[in-house]
Amino acid sequence: MGLDRFFRLGEAVEIGSYEFTPEAIKAFARKYDPQPFHVDEAAASKSVLGGLCASGWHTASAWMKCNVESGTGTDGDWDGEGSKPRFGPSPGFSNLKWLKPVHAGETVRYTRTAIEHRALASRPGWRVLSLRGEGFDTSGDKVLEFDSAVLVEVGTG
Amino acid sequence: MTGKKWAFEDFAEGQSLDLGEKVVNAKEIIEFAREFDPQPMHLDVEAGKASLLGGLSASGWHTCCMFMRMLCDGFLLDSTSQGAFGIDHVKWRKPVLAGDRLRGRVTVMAKRGSKSRPGVGLVTIRGELINQRGEHALEMQNTGMFLAREAA
Repeated sequence: MGLDRFFRLGEAVEIGSYEFTPEAIKAFARKYDPQPFHVDEAAASKSVLGGLCASGWHTASAWMKCNVESGTGTDGDWDGEGSKPRFGPSPGFSNLKWLKPVHAGETVRYTRTAIEHRALASRPGWRVLSLRGEGFDTSGDKVLEFDSAVLVEVGTG
Repeated sequence: MTGKKWAFEDFAEGQSLDLGEKVVNAKEIIEFAREFDPQPMHLDVEAGKASLLGGLSASGWHTCCMFMRMLCDGFLLDSTSQGAFGIDHVKWRKPVLAGDRLRGRVTVMAKRGSKSRPGVGLVTIRGELINQRGEHALEMQNTGMFLAREAA
């Protein structure tokens, strides 16, 4: 197995789904994003969002939850050379779009697509894997997308 | 009219806003990580020390959430904010470790009226979290929607 197959390059891998209950939306928002349309149904119904909806950071964090719990969307077992690639930190993300509000009661299904990987000049044995993350609501509409990258330790191979 | 302190008119290009300070503790790092990013370096001190991050470190998504909370408490809750369509970029420049003291700062990069929604304006900010060593831990840029004072 090579790294391309392990990372499932080019494939929109289903990494799981997350239910945005009103309780989960409000609990998250009280801690991290207590704007009225995330914590108060009455205020939310008067806002441009039209009803209680999840903080965008909540919909993004739930992507990460699914990503980690799915084994970062990789092919599982590693039978290539050297030790199994290990995922490390990420330098950040870009072009994150909250395309549609995620209202209370919605369930979002998440995917992760590996785009490419290249050697990291500053750290021998590490590669940078670029990714695209996406989330879709039960109507099939995209609610979240972003481009990201993650460092992966691949030994000396 | 609105009683909020910050409406679209109150933002000016080049303006800098201090979001105050936050000390990051291990309990909140682990709490966030258990729920949203259960990787060893965010859950366990020893695993954190053994990682590239060099200690128990906050999930990058948690760091974004910390920034969001500081933004809310700094001015957003006392504003006519109507939310945002996204984030242009976030850079996790340095690990955020348990015990770090972060200072938040926002600079207004640009503002313009919305063509499609009268009474609504768009404000582009650059946000930063700077640790006690003066290092930028987080940098971000995004555009938010704010109602004009008369429309709020």
